[in-house]
Amino acid sequence: MLSSATSRFLRQTGVSAQRYYSSGAAANTLLFVEHKDGVISNATLNALTAANQLGGSVTALVAGDAPDAIAKSIGDYQGVSKVLTATDASYEKNLAEDVTSLLLAVQNKYNFTHIVGGHTAVGKNVFPRAAALLDVAPISDITAVESNDTFVRPIYAGNAIATVKSNDSVKFVTVRGTAFESAAAGGDAAAVEAAPGADKVGVTEWVGEDIQKSDRPDLGSASRVISGGRGMKNGENFKLLYDMADKMGAAVGASRAAVDAGFVDNSLQVGQTGKIVAPELYIAVGISGAIQHLAGMKDSKTIVAINKDADAPIFQVADYGLVADLFDAVPEITEKL
Amino acid sequence: MSNPLRIFVPVKRVIDYAVKVRVNPAKTDVDRSVKHSMNPFDEIAVEEAVRIKEKNKTTEVVAISCGSAKAQETLRTALAMGADSAVHVEIKDDSTLQPLAVAKLLKAYTDKQEKKPDLFILGKQAIDDDANQTGQMLAGLLNWPQTTFASKVEFEGEALKVTREIDGGLETLKTKMPAIITTDLRLNEPRYASLPNIMKAKKKPLTKITPEDLGVDISPRIETLKVEEPAKRQGGHTVDSVDDLLDKLKNEAKVL
Repeated sequence: MLSSATSRFLRQTGVSAQRYYSSGAAANTLLFVEHKDGVISNATLNALTAANQLGGSVTALVAGDAPDAIAKSIGDYQGVSKVLTATDASYEKNLAEDVTSLLLAVQNKYNFTHIVGGHTAVGKNVFPRAAALLDVAPISDITAVESNDTFVRPIYAGNAIATVKSNDSVKFVTVRGTAFESAAAGGDAAAVEAAPGADKVGVTEWVGEDIQKSDRPDLGSASRVISGGRGMKNGENFKLLYDMADKMGAAVGASRAAVDAGFVDNSLQVGQTGKIVAPELYIAVGISGAIQHLAGMKDSKTIVAINKDADAPIFQVADYGLVADLFDAVPEITEKL
Repeated sequence: MSNPLRIFVPVKRVIDYAVKVRVNPAKTDVDRSVKHSMNPFDEIAVEEAVRIKEKNKTTEVVAISCGSAKAQETLRTALAMGADSAVHVEIKDDSTLQPLAVAKLLKAYTDKQEKKPDLFILGKQAIDDDANQTGQMLAGLLNWPQTTFASKVEFEGEALKVTREIDGGLETLKTKMPAIITTDLRLNEPRYASLPNIMKAKKKPLTKITPEDLGVDISPRIETLKVEEPAKRQGGHTVDSVDDLLDKLKNEAKVL
């Protein structure tokens, strides 16, 4: 229990009691909220968990052409004490130049100690630009928060794990989604206010996009993932994996070899430079298991490998390996599920 | 596109992508006494610059590397692939050189140029620190537009049209030069340097400068407290049949 004098002091200084117990100076964190088609990205909810681990308060920034619904929604998550909204069409498309300008205007007004977001295509694009303009070294793809200034991140395709300490006054941090649980909804509704206006840079124009539509679970957050590699031989054969995935409620991924060979779209690539996944069950079919692929899936809870080459490196990380021709084994599994 | 076009391509010497890296016994770094080569994304950047030059003959391609004396090998590779000249920013100990410092060095070098580049093409990330920051930071410092993770680059008059790999698919942006592009895997297939070109590359100009010449402080802003091996997986068990596999997944791993 805090003494009444201490509680009063904490109230006066605006520091929460939770903050009092964590080490270092009080964190005052800005969470960059990524959203698309009216839905908050899973990566943002994982980043919120990391932000909450810093202690202190978390303010969410929602930018878009109509940010109000998302602002209300993120404000209900646990740990979010305030939401800032910024309205502009260029924010909806996450154009780096304009979002950076906004982040700097927000930072100038509020002086956050931490600026946190998901390590997604958007986070990777925007955070380093904004950090450089504040003369700060950002920290990419963290997998753990040790303290306010110390973070853990994988390097060399996950073959080494570095613990790094930032000596900058502001910490720009992007968070590996699979390393943190999704934040819980059901907190008190947070107050919403308008973010300070920022200069429109307007140097880049959004022309269009080509998003792969799928009814299956999202690859990045699915609890089961089935991936195919070069051994699938062609794109049509991926139907075998889709059939199995539908029976399991799984997402479908691929190795770089399968993407480069044109079997499937590059948004399905699992690996160092594609998606990082960590599902309950990962089934690698016709994938040899190159270092770069393992970097994207070796934190999965259970790994299954199906490959006819008994010497394939994938078997060294697989909990269950089946040495068999995938064209026999996969239909048999689908039938028996 | 402006004519003649001047393209700067920063390249990094990294541990070869096929090497299985090991943490050193002191747990301060990885063992660096292994085969090194040009960062794979930088090869794609050099290739793209050389392809632009092949279509637009007056284009000048300058490869730049910040690093130890050995970075010159990487610059020679870029020259052999078709870069016209190279700049080596020599750093005595590059083991703690970080993206912010590299971005500042590149910015300072650009500011010193009488003839400014129209385009920087960089790899999207180096496969050693996996930071994915330098291009974006450089774009911020220069106040130039950025199109990151490019899988297609086209010129439309003075405008630059870039298709980007984003989560879930592709996105196309149009921007103006001068600009920063970072390359994704699908942008192109880098060529191999032929033996005659490797020989010719030895005669191409390579300028050496230092961070002091550029007035840039390169001291690290992020301190590495320790480097460890990742947790080992207890893999390596095989099953005999599909039935055996399904049984294990249901009853042992309980994931089905």
